[in-house]
Amino acid sequence: MQKLPRWADIVLIPAINLVLALVVSGIVVTFIGQDPFAALRIMVNGAVGSTYGWGYTLYYATNFVFTGLAVAVAFHAKLFNIGGEGQAQLGSLGVALVCLALPWPHWSLALLAAILGGAVFGAAWAAIPAYLQAKRGSHIVITTIMFNFIASALLVYLLVDTLKAPGMAPETARFPEGAHLPTAGDILALVGIPFSRTPLNVSFVVGLIACWLVWLLLWRTRLGYEIRAFGQSEPAARYAGISPVRITMLAMVISGALAGLMAVNAVMGEQERLLQDNVLGAGFVGIAVALMGRSHPVGVLIAAILFGALYQGGAELEFETSVPREMVVVIQALVILFTGALDGMVRSPLERAFLRYNRKPVSHAPAE
Amino acid sequence: MSAPAIELRGISKSFGPVRANRDISITVRPGTIHGIIGENGAGKSTLMSILYGFYTADAGEIRIHGNRAEIPDSQAAIRAGIGMVFQHFKLVQNFTVLENIVLGAEGGRFLSTSLEKARRLLKRLSDEYELHVNPDARIEDLGVGMQQRVEILKALYRQADILILDEPTGVLTPSEADHLFRILQGLKREGKTVILITHKLREIMDVTDTVSVMRRGEMTATVDTASTSAPELAELMVGRKVLLRVDKAPARPGDKVLEVDDLRVVDGAGVERLRGVSLSVRRGEILGLAGVAGNGQSDLLEVLGGMRAGTGRVTVNGTALALSGSGSDARTRRRRGIGHVPEDRQREGLVMDFHAWENVGFGYHNDRRYARGLLMDNAALRADAAAKIAKFDIRPADPWQTARNFSGGNQQKIVIARELEREPDLLLVGQPTRGVDIGAIEFIHEQIVALRDQGKAILLVSVELDEIMALSDRIAVMFDGRIMGERLPAETDERELGLLMAGIADTGRDHPVGEVEANLAGTAGKRE
Repeated sequence: MQKLPRWADIVLIPAINLVLALVVSGIVVTFIGQDPFAALRIMVNGAVGSTYGWGYTLYYATNFVFTGLAVAVAFHAKLFNIGGEGQAQLGSLGVALVCLALPWPHWSLALLAAILGGAVFGAAWAAIPAYLQAKRGSHIVITTIMFNFIASALLVYLLVDTLKAPGMAPETARFPEGAHLPTAGDILALVGIPFSRTPLNVSFVVGLIACWLVWLLLWRTRLGYEIRAFGQSEPAARYAGISPVRITMLAMVISGALAGLMAVNAVMGEQERLLQDNVLGAGFVGIAVALMGRSHPVGVLIAAILFGALYQGGAELEFETSVPREMVVVIQALVILFTGALDGMVRSPLERAFLRYNRKPVSHAPAE
Repeated sequence: MSAPAIELRGISKSFGPVRANRDISITVRPGTIHGIIGENGAGKSTLMSILYGFYTADAGEIRIHGNRAEIPDSQAAIRAGIGMVFQHFKLVQNFTVLENIVLGAEGGRFLSTSLEKARRLLKRLSDEYELHVNPDARIEDLGVGMQQRVEILKALYRQADILILDEPTGVLTPSEADHLFRILQGLKREGKTVILITHKLREIMDVTDTVSVMRRGEMTATVDTASTSAPELAELMVGRKVLLRVDKAPARPGDKVLEVDDLRVVDGAGVERLRGVSLSVRRGEILGLAGVAGNGQSDLLEVLGGMRAGTGRVTVNGTALALSGSGSDARTRRRRGIGHVPEDRQREGLVMDFHAWENVGFGYHNDRRYARGLLMDNAALRADAAAKIAKFDIRPADPWQTARNFSGGNQQKIVIARELEREPDLLLVGQPTRGVDIGAIEFIHEQIVALRDQGKAILLVSVELDEIMALSDRIAVMFDGRIMGERLPAETDERELGLLMAGIADTGRDHPVGEVEANLAGTAGKRE
């Protein structure tokens, strides 16, 4: 039964959850002897108080958009893809191979090829657990987690051996000049708007397009219809002739491809070479982002920006005060806790409140 | 006259905006069988849940034997002498009968003492009330009729003198139901008070002394059973006269559309659910498949509908269907002209969180008429939904409602509208009117007969014998994965079908009840 209006579900509940998380964080900050309001001010200023802050916030947000969409698409098919981390790692390998393969004449060509490379590698990495789930019944949560470790180990092997550039560090050579993506600073300078030097790059636009395409997929195509139907009820899907194997495979492949695209932003857009640890937990943050965004692309985008701000604000907090790095992780964890696990705590009182103040007759038969 | 066993005064209960019970007052005399009848959703179960302490009423009071009672939980209800037998039994499957009976009322330091005490009491109770059950049998080995007796014994063990039974016959064969009614009569003779909740008019007429009718959360009448009639009660239930019989012209069967030969299905646990089923359905006829739930009818519908694999030979209009592997899915079946109204509309027939308009194309969503290039034509789906809502009088008339927000009858109308409008050559229909109110039942029956009269073949599965008798042109009875026999509706009666449903093929001789039950108990394990 639809108990809440849509706006309350999408906007009000996450907002309340966020405020609660901040209140609890404030209490914790007070306990370690810092002023919570000063800390909040520093975090907000650091995240959105300057073009520098915005640049970093949106750069992080771009990573989370891709990993968040990945989780969201799988979630519509009731598949819990915990493997965004590993799929993004494989995506980074795909992107790096593409970027290193040719002396790219122009970034736009390199971008298109890298999108393809990242998506294909990420998708392939997700396809194996998907196949095991669809055909052998191995639980996707377990297999995707295990594939994160395998991906990490694979990358280490490649970076200390096959792909290693001369030198000390386990990393590839720098990508050629033609594969460098223009940053927000570069682009905005063309129209005369000053913007700080940040890693925010054209991948952000790719992320926005991905949001739109995912929306189109889920709510405007037959495949999306089948994915959502399958996610709601497997017996119903079988009744309608929707193949569970096909939907499990396709939903996971799309999910893996989206996770793989994260590397376009992080590896191609910022690091410009393949590093050993290039995902930095974004795959896991994607789960929180999808949860908070209710698996809707618009929600995912908003949640991704929020988490981007938390990342950037947290970094500033660490830089400017004696609040330790761990504290920032605690705040992020609290946001995840309140938006994900404790969602029901806010939801049911709110539903009751709405029912009480909104007693218009509901048209279905009395419950028995 | 002594104080009423139960007296409810002005009971009201709302769930959010839904008023499940409105100002209900009822008086139940001690030592009687009191029926409460009403359609699904009329509020019967809510009322009994209040009496049994699952819900607290928003307003009103409860009096037990003249004393005002507060019943905040089921423990309090048991202390007040109220026992309840639920529609879905609450038994521990791998415990014995005795262990289940003492569960929660063990008492004493050692289990063995209470078990011995229970054994003696059980012996006495079963002699007094014809409630014969082997105390050492495991629940999982017992048939549903036996399990129900265990539930009754549980209540009696807790010294209940008011027994509430919620739709007790839904899972029973006719002969099991008759036996249950004899038990209830025995309880009444011993001075117990019985409240029987049902939506079956025949049961009310057969066993109750008094009957109360509920409609849309209100108590519309309480009358002596002897002074009323089934049509009058039906009218009180729905607020207007209804046809209990279906008006239909004699069938004019044509060519065979569906032919099933030696169809077998083995489930995931290795149990053979269909053990060589053969049947055929002709153009322009309704073949009714009767049987107690769980004897293979569902499996048959699922195989024919492309939801599970089987072996054997099935042809539709002369061409064979793939029964496993590629081409055996539901989508291919639909392309072959097979429509399917599944038994469980909420689990299978609809996606409950989809809008009505999304559900209107469910299963046919690959049709060209719902496509616009690579995308789905949602506007076409919505237009189609609006048309079907108007034609089938689906309420609320809002394509944007989610399926969950429709009542059972209207959900079923969405499914029926979707499947019938395709004019399939063969329509599979499972439990078309389960949980559907009487008004909608009539409408759905008319639609099915109309499809038959267009020359389509219909395979109807229902556990409601009345429905099978009313709609079918031919009746086949299933028992334990086999067809026990075929009859013509005009040449058979409920008694004979009941014997077939109990697995007794030779219906010529008279069978003592015990034999039927022994037969059922023997297959209960497989039916689980």
